[in-house]
Amino acid sequence: MALKRKSKQFKWHRKHLLGLRELSAEEITYILDTAEGFQQISTRSVKKAPPLRGRVVVNLFFEDSTRTRNSFALAASRLSADVIEFTKKASSVSKGETLLDTAKNLEAMGIDIVVVRHNAGGASRFLSRSINACVINAGDGFCEHPTQALLDVYTIRKLKGTLKGLKIAIVGDIAHSRVARSDMWAMTKLGAEVIFVGPPTLMPGQVEQLPVTVSYSLDEVIEKVDVINMLRIQFERLGGNPFPSVREYSHYFGLTVERMKKAKPDILVMHPGPINRGLEMESEVADGSNSVILEQVKNGLAVRMAVLFLVNQAAAQKG
Amino acid sequence: MSSELLIRNGRVIDPANGVDEKCDVLIVNGLISDVGKIDKRAEAVIDAAGKLVTPGLIDIHVHFREPGDEEEETIASGSAAAVAAGFTSVVCMPNTNPPIESETDVEYIHRKGRKTRKTHVYTMGAITKQREGTELAEMGFMAEAGAVGFTDDGNGVQDPAVMLRALKYAAMFDVVIAQHCQDNGFAGDGVMNAGYCSTILGLPGIDKLAEESMLWRDIQLIKKTHVRYHAQHISTAGSVELIRAAKKDSLPITCEVTPHHLLLTEDCCAEYDTNYKVNPPLRTSKDIEALKQAIAEGLVDALATDHGPHLQSEKELEFLTAPFGIACLECALGLYVKALLEPGILDWPGLIELMTAKPAKIIGVDKGTLGKGKQGDVTIIDPVAEYTVDASKFHSKSRNCPYNGWQLKSRVEKTIVGGEIRFSADGT
Amino acid sequence: MKVILSSEQIKRILQDLASRIIAEIPGQVDIAAVGIRSRGEILAQRLSSLLSSELGKDVPCGTLDITLYRDDLNSPQGTAQPHVRTTEIGFNIDDRIIVLVDDVLYTGRSTRAAMDALIDLGRPRAVKLAVLVDRAGRELPIQADYAGYKADVTPGKLVQVNLVESDGKDEVVVE
Repeated sequence: MALKRKSKQFKWHRKHLLGLRELSAEEITYILDTAEGFQQISTRSVKKAPPLRGRVVVNLFFEDSTRTRNSFALAASRLSADVIEFTKKASSVSKGETLLDTAKNLEAMGIDIVVVRHNAGGASRFLSRSINACVINAGDGFCEHPTQALLDVYTIRKLKGTLKGLKIAIVGDIAHSRVARSDMWAMTKLGAEVIFVGPPTLMPGQVEQLPVTVSYSLDEVIEKVDVINMLRIQFERLGGNPFPSVREYSHYFGLTVERMKKAKPDILVMHPGPINRGLEMESEVADGSNSVILEQVKNGLAVRMAVLFLVNQAAAQKG
Repeated sequence: MSSELLIRNGRVIDPANGVDEKCDVLIVNGLISDVGKIDKRAEAVIDAAGKLVTPGLIDIHVHFREPGDEEEETIASGSAAAVAAGFTSVVCMPNTNPPIESETDVEYIHRKGRKTRKTHVYTMGAITKQREGTELAEMGFMAEAGAVGFTDDGNGVQDPAVMLRALKYAAMFDVVIAQHCQDNGFAGDGVMNAGYCSTILGLPGIDKLAEESMLWRDIQLIKKTHVRYHAQHISTAGSVELIRAAKKDSLPITCEVTPHHLLLTEDCCAEYDTNYKVNPPLRTSKDIEALKQAIAEGLVDALATDHGPHLQSEKELEFLTAPFGIACLECALGLYVKALLEPGILDWPGLIELMTAKPAKIIGVDKGTLGKGKQGDVTIIDPVAEYTVDASKFHSKSRNCPYNGWQLKSRVEKTIVGGEIRFSADGT
Repeated sequence: MKVILSSEQIKRILQDLASRIIAEIPGQVDIAAVGIRSRGEILAQRLSSLLSSELGKDVPCGTLDITLYRDDLNSPQGTAQPHVRTTEIGFNIDDRIIVLVDDVLYTGRSTRAAMDALIDLGRPRAVKLAVLVDRAGRELPIQADYAGYKADVTPGKLVQVNLVESDGKDEVVVE
């Protein structure tokens, strides 16, 4: 086996992971390669390794989240970090303790890495400017959710070998989806072709300037894609009334058993979770043989370990 | 006892009277007494050689936050900032807390302004009670108390029927109705221009149509009422088109443009710096070009800052949560020079006209000229002085200035209000 | 740059190491070779084939990535950034004698990390250390069980092991 000389020369230098838009294909690939090294930690007898020993990771979550928060907490503990959970509802007013106050207070306790989820786009970037700790974006408004996209591309790469030349459909509420945005950056940078599918009312502004194609017809798209990522309809984010009814939405954009019949036999069915069964996807599809939804969750752990490890390394290098 | 002030040897620019020549200006007892070659001794003399001598600058759109948010700005601090920037008259917006909606409120602003003895402080009154867009405020009483126009600025009047009623009612008083054109249905909870930038930043956008649809609607109402109407801080190429067409139809419409809509684009929001969060939002370079073109064509009637001071603690919030507003009163002249004079869109007389005579006409005050017998409001400008914007040295209480650190050209040397030197760059 | 071991010498040393291992380890005990990335991995593969053919039974071989167990992770390392790669050990290490293989034994820090990494994978009956080159300069109380070549190298000099699989040819040089 030839050694990867090239990856030897690569140097990861980011102490924050805020989004994938600013990452190069090489950087994304490096995270994925690194994540492979973390995969086996979860399967062996001692599910723990020491690289973050003595480090403190804060899960700073201003929005409800179970799986991302747990995934980060578990990833951090598997790397021997101490984890502090801090959950709080973001306030929409300017009074009271601000995000900045909260973060500075935590920093004063000597934390090293902040994993932040917030309802405001740019919240993690804002934090990274204001504190010294490493900042990992665990979802900010509808801007980015980098680790979700990384685990998505990790899963695809693992199962398909490469993303180059793949056609990937992302279906649902694109306008309000940080997953769609991060996926778009990661997948296109790695050479896949991304198709946004959904009603025009759920497409973001200036979508024609994004590196994707757009379709309003899932029936047309389903036949030609290698991967389909069904976004969760997030009722709490939908402004107004972007589609007339749930019934009509699932009629046009739900992944049904019937629709799956038209798909390629080896299509990968993905979902960032949690699934609204019967809305985005029928249960038979979610639990079907093409579904890699649980594989995504599993890989999420390795990817998050890799990210925690890398940002900590970059911070250590900077001294 | 009469007081005399002679300003010698400056380049006197008085667009209202077609003056642009090297001469002298004499102010006696607070009024302009003479402009020309004046061979006379005066008790006070200013040598303005190499400087521009212009009518006192007028800013018809400022937020001094008093009453209600005195921690951000007061009439005193705002007025100090104004004279430091060469403004001898400013017009406060009525979106204070409580809003300016009665003659007592108007008088309160005037009294505070007089007490400060810096710049002339005018105010507009609210069009509707509590600026809620439903019931008309007492425009008549406010006009009698000296309100120079009406606006619900911060909001546009959403209901077309209410707006029509306001325009019709205002016809009695020969006042201007000013509008912050923004249809809230379109704007939603947007925090920046809707476009590519907002999409990739994951921030809710304000569509250009929010501004343009209301402006279009209002133009239809003016066609019906022929009441003087002023479109505040227009920001899009589409708005320029609408204004162009309306002016062609000789409708009584005027408009203003801010420095930030001439200098900054939505791309500035890329790092989520809340100092770029402003309403109407920063648009695109295409819009800037259209606004500059409009200015070149003479479609724009006033340059106005929309000076919107905010506390640092408020601007330290997430972009989604932080309030809208840019504090730029104190570097306004340099910004206009950079945006309009340096690229050759306007010459000095053209620029000064949009900062003096024309805005004065919009608000219907007898100012903005150096005509004989007019108020002795004069600004002396060093057109070549360069300086770096330092927000920490602002007279304003707020520092939310995205131009901090910018290198600007032309500086206000002296600001004379009613014949009295109220600001001197050298501190005298 | 000085060549201290030729291709022929490397071959002989490995043969010798294999013989010594077989001589010492009781026949009925399962053994396996585990190489430390990256040169140790190749040496372990060679050693395991030698052992397999000599013993007439399969001696499995695995690869250990010790990056996560390094003791310098949280200190500034200049340019030498650690790259995490996979650990590939496709067999159960419990109750086996594990021959840990590395190219050069120097400070002993890699061996310490490798032992910790190994222990997290299970409980071997014993861990033996086999190295191609043994040089002075230990910073931890660690010794090789099977040392191939004892090199007398001035501290600070680099002992570079080149192998066909990764470098195109077999040789050990001092730089």
